[in-house]
Amino acid sequence: MAEELILLDDWLSMFGMRARIALAEKEIKYEYREEDLSNKSQLLLQMNPIHKKIPVLIHNGKPICESIIIVEYLDELCKDKVSFLPSDPYQRAQARFWADFVNKKVGDVGGRIWSMKREGIEVAKKELVESLKELEKELGDKPYFGGETFGFVDIALVPFYTWFYTYEELGNFKVEAECPKIIAWAKRCNQRESVSKSLADEKEVYEFVASYRKSLHLDD
Amino acid sequence: MASESSEVRLLGKWASPFSNRVDLALKLKGVPYKYSEEDLANKSEDLLKYNPVHKKVPVLVHNGNPLPESLVIVEYIDETWKNNPLLPQDPYERALARFWAKTLDDKILPAIWNACWSDEKGREKAVEEALEALEILQEALKEKRFFGGENIGLVDIAANFIGYWVAILQEIAGLELLTIEKFPKLYKWSQEFANHPVIKDGLPPRDELFAFFKASAKK
Repeated sequence: MAEELILLDDWLSMFGMRARIALAEKEIKYEYREEDLSNKSQLLLQMNPIHKKIPVLIHNGKPICESIIIVEYLDELCKDKVSFLPSDPYQRAQARFWADFVNKKVGDVGGRIWSMKREGIEVAKKELVESLKELEKELGDKPYFGGETFGFVDIALVPFYTWFYTYEELGNFKVEAECPKIIAWAKRCNQRESVSKSLADEKEVYEFVASYRKSLHLDD
Repeated sequence: MASESSEVRLLGKWASPFSNRVDLALKLKGVPYKYSEEDLANKSEDLLKYNPVHKKVPVLVHNGNPLPESLVIVEYIDETWKNNPLLPQDPYERALARFWAKTLDDKILPAIWNACWSDEKGREKAVEEALEALEILQEALKEKRFFGGENIGLVDIAANFIGYWVAILQEIAGLELLTIEKFPKLYKWSQEFANHPVIKDGLPPRDELFAFFKASAKK
């Protein structure tokens, strides 16, 4: 594709990771631009004026916002590579349902662990564990959420693997003890180059969160 | 083909805009279905069976296969019954439609809902945010008749709360949010939406909806 693709992103963002994995899976060349979210670029504010968030994929000057929407967009654009979504409408709907579940029940809940005051962590942690158990049940004995092939729900969830360490440190628990299949699944996904090259380092994530929490006195 | 002798059921709540989105999508596609009203204070066995994860409505059950989450359901309906498409063909336009549907749920609906139910203390700020949200939505409409262009699309269905519920809620709250003076284009869209022949038959009766929310306001 001799077209212009720019990804506005933040290396540590699990949502940004989704976009990176999707682009890598489809073998698409693009320009990566790291955003400083405390000092957002004019381009970001122009391309995503409503939410002012990353990731934003800019395709020939036109923005696509929201990570799951970006992943689906890339899937529809590049039909010659393996699809992220199954072809059957009911299975596609199931995949979208679980991606939405990850957003709300892992993403939002995880956010309450890392970015909010200490008092709220215990409750959020319990909710997160419940959500991961629900996902573990959905995964069952399949290698991937999509079955035999790596797909939509795998892309939606696997970035959170890099944030588990942070949630564990803050919540004083271990994901592997609660949901061993999820860890096994994540390690399996991480064997794919598209994933291993797109995921941030979990210690770097933790350092960022520790410093963020300190600056806002969340643990005082 | 999915349309022959397929059994379609909707577990819903008549006053819920989320449940209504599914009614509208099915009616626009001309799909016959059985509707069951759910009492969320007393959830039926079917609801707990079909939506064990969230235990909410709406839930579509197609040939025994359950599916929750209104926007997921609407896209499924669009992909299963191909007449009167609700999403455009072009991938970029589809991404935009999905973006607006999501923004309605994540940002616009909550802002309006908060404004209508806010107490004295939070009212001014909540109203300001609601008006900003309506402004954003109006800009997305541009000069089109519907968000879907000439025909009702995914975003119009997702915006049913704006097209119909807001007028009722703002009256109960004594607020002026969506008015012809403040948002002429969006107001015009809401009239087109609510008077569309298929949509009109799919919306809950205005008086009953008013009475329902008025009673909730008193609690």
